[in-house]
Amino acid sequence: MKSPVLNALLVAAMAALALGGCGKHDGTASNIIKIGSVAPLTGPQAHLGKDNENGARLAVDEINAAGLTLGGKKMHIDLLSEDDQADPKTATTVAQKLVDSGIVGVIGHLNSGSTIPASTIYHDAGIPQISPSATAIAYTAQGYNTAFRVMTNDEQQGHVLGQYAVNKLGAKKIAIIDDRTAYGQGLADEFAKAAKAAGADIVGREYTTDKSTDFMAILTSIKSKAPDLVFFGGMDPQAGPMAKQMKQLGLTAQLLGGDGMQTPEFIKLAGADAEGAIASNPGLTLDAMPGGKAFREKFTARFGPIQNYAPYAYDAVYVMVEAMKRAGSSEPAKYLPELAKTDYQGVTGKIRFDSKGDVSGGAVTLYQVKNGAWHPLETVFSDK
Amino acid sequence: MAWCWAACMHWWHWVTPWFTASLELINFAHGEVTMVGAMVALSVISALVGSGVELPGIVIALLGLLAAIPACMALGFTIERLAYRPLRNAPRLAPLITAIGVSIVLQNLAMLIWGRQYITFPPILPQGRHQLLGATITDIQIVILITSVVLMLALTLLVKRTRLGRAMRATAQSPQIAGLMGVNANTVISLTFVMGSALAAVAGVMVSAYYGLAHYYMGFLLGLKAFSAAVLGGIGNLAGAMLGGLLLGVIESLGAGYIGDFTGGFLGSNYQDVFAFFVLILVLVFRPSGLLGERVGERA
Repeated sequence: MKSPVLNALLVAAMAALALGGCGKHDGTASNIIKIGSVAPLTGPQAHLGKDNENGARLAVDEINAAGLTLGGKKMHIDLLSEDDQADPKTATTVAQKLVDSGIVGVIGHLNSGSTIPASTIYHDAGIPQISPSATAIAYTAQGYNTAFRVMTNDEQQGHVLGQYAVNKLGAKKIAIIDDRTAYGQGLADEFAKAAKAAGADIVGREYTTDKSTDFMAILTSIKSKAPDLVFFGGMDPQAGPMAKQMKQLGLTAQLLGGDGMQTPEFIKLAGADAEGAIASNPGLTLDAMPGGKAFREKFTARFGPIQNYAPYAYDAVYVMVEAMKRAGSSEPAKYLPELAKTDYQGVTGKIRFDSKGDVSGGAVTLYQVKNGAWHPLETVFSDK
Repeated sequence: MAWCWAACMHWWHWVTPWFTASLELINFAHGEVTMVGAMVALSVISALVGSGVELPGIVIALLGLLAAIPACMALGFTIERLAYRPLRNAPRLAPLITAIGVSIVLQNLAMLIWGRQYITFPPILPQGRHQLLGATITDIQIVILITSVVLMLALTLLVKRTRLGRAMRATAQSPQIAGLMGVNANTVISLTFVMGSALAAVAGVMVSAYYGLAHYYMGFLLGLKAFSAAVLGGIGNLAGAMLGGLLLGVIESLGAGYIGDFTGGFLGSNYQDVFAFFVLILVLVFRPSGLLGERVGERA
């Protein structure tokens, strides 16, 4: 016969679970504002994801310390940080979880491949979303009024890279590798378009994944086509080993990449073989921006060296909170129209959104690895 | 590069197919033992390099290897005793599922201990390059090749010429009859697992030296491909395992390199991993005993 005590405990436990699970929490009650932050906190890109989270956290802590008052009430921001593992499927699960926990805004995600599916969930819930780093064109092309980004998109970045490769680097035969993610593929396609328009010949197009570390087969195949330049659309966990293996094979072509490659981690993974690689990053160099040096000092003192997108996450939080201040409320329906009218000078530059949610009038800076560190080569300003 | 991959991978799984026939056990956790070997070695190497000790790069790498081998041997012994021996007389499926379980446990333990990021191999090894018939070969590749060949020969000698080797072959054919002949099957099996794990440690260090990095998930694909190579060559056959590994590496590299040209861009080199398993399917369909395998009938 079952013990009556056990029975009672079981019933109590079930009741607690049932009551605890019901009811959505209102994120604006009791002066707490919940803002979500999503990035890959585990996996090969964990260093970039943590960087995003730290940038957002720095902003949130500063705002809380300075005191935030909305509509006469003192408010406190809670940053709910989640891990999407750079995986589109996990991204949607995490997005739903955040929406259910009552966030009023989200800074995320990091990868275009996870930002795009998650944006549908945020849009359906009416939650404004600002991505610090998703650059694929498809993100804002969906027509969601809740989708914004503070980084210039790949249409411009790919365009600048393509022109630079042909006009400045003089490449005539170009091989392209991409990692088949929304970001890598999109950037590589834009690059190919621009390079072809500038008169170069695309001698090879190869593919890999965002989990690979072995590129010998595709690099050997590319080597046989003798390109002047190899373009890689993807992130640094692939770019690092790729640079190493290029040198191992004796493939002396110039390596060119996008913002996913322009990180300290790339130099760490490729070691001495990173020397000479060129990559672009939207925006001006951080130190050239007003407030950029101060941000770098604050961030580095607390979290260590900046990986890549932390300044963008920082600006994204400020943009969101500024819109809330102008609307006098943290309710998504009230501050969303203010968000669209943003005109903010951040550490990454002047932030103004166009009708699609892209940041208008950006620049792209090209960097090269010299003596084991990234050095800026030149900045190209957009004509849009 | 096909050579390197093949050389890296195929010799350490000789042990596994050896016992697959008699114990009917496929050790899916062997890939994870390799991974643990690589991680332990890298931890030691990074610590040595970080402490600023003035030693030649090769010596530091060897020290890392010497630390990894006993760690993997202990791990292999523990796995065999805890997970496989109690299931010696269980239905065939039980140890198979247990092996997968051990594999998952090891992956997550490694993740907890070493984190989820790529761990880089410090650039201490010679990076010289040589041209040979139009291909570029690096010093590391040559070292890996020579080490693999030497270890293969040593293992073959051990199994064919020594008493222990005879005991191993006897146990592989039938543990019960071997027991009647005075062979302690339990000891032999434990010893084989320990030896296999030691070889796995060497393989782990070679792979991480070759690619310059290691991470907690690297054992999964390594184990699968090694198993495919074993099946391709013929389970229970040393020469078959060698041939299988070499063939698999070459097919994968050539396939990934030229599939784009063959299919006019329809299939790309991102299907590289698919080749290993596609070959496995073909072999299992048309020649289940492998290229050099003996047709072993069902034991009475």
